[in-house]
Amino acid sequence: MADGLSYPREVLKIDQVTYDAIVAHAKRDHPDEACGVVAGPEGLDRPLRFVPMVNAAGSPTFYEFDSTELLRLYKEMDARDEEPVVIYHSHTATEAYPSRTDVGLASEPNAHYVLVSTADHGNSAGPVEFRSYRIIDGEVTEEEVSVLPTEKSGTDAPRGHVTGTSTTT
Amino acid sequence: MAIDVRIPTILRTYTGGEKAVTGEGSTLAELIDDLESKHPGIKERLIDGSELRRFVNVYVNDEDVRFTGSLGTEVGDGDEVVVLPAVAGGAPTAWVAVP
Repeated sequence: MADGLSYPREVLKIDQVTYDAIVAHAKRDHPDEACGVVAGPEGLDRPLRFVPMVNAAGSPTFYEFDSTELLRLYKEMDARDEEPVVIYHSHTATEAYPSRTDVGLASEPNAHYVLVSTADHGNSAGPVEFRSYRIIDGEVTEEEVSVLPTEKSGTDAPRGHVTGTSTTT
Repeated sequence: MAIDVRIPTILRTYTGGEKAVTGEGSTLAELIDDLESKHPGIKERLIDGSELRRFVNVYVNDEDVRFTGSLGTEVGDGDEVVVLPAVAGGAPTAWVAVP
């Protein structure tokens, strides 16, 4: 598997459980931005292992992984032959679209950048905006989000899936 | 002397795709100059003027160099240096200088 290889992808396929975990994290941390990754086996484009991170900036308008935790995460992924398939964070007062800062700082060309907006309902129940993007060389391309029913086995051929909606209870 | 340097995906264009390279130097600044001589262009991705770039993290033996003297951090044979871009971002209202 060549490093830096970017495979054409127009859709993020993500398990319901992982989707729900990201949304719950965003709601919990509101009004601060929440952030984290979903790691998966290198080259498979399957986000499987949800890893919420602490927002060291603790800010409603900025997020940053703590540098020591970032190293721990990357060493762990390296040991497990994983890569960050999804890098997610939330916007708490604006739409779920990458800002100029988000674009300028995006440093994982193979990742799906997921943005969740908690602007509408904050910590409470209610729909969030959940969108996904590729950010490569400063260019943003939105992609479809396909939420898969969680499987018991880890096969790569899910039987039927529904296109994710932005609604969550 | 050999110092092992781990290179993140986004900088592997400078190292011919290699995820690890070796370098020499007695400080991080010297090491980066040595890397630049072998992999031209990489220094500018790490250093802005005379400082380590804000959103580039460098670790020597698992310690963030911002706690150990930044570019003045001493390095030596057998040390492991890891470079990781920060994972960060902000909402449109954030004012952040992006390198």
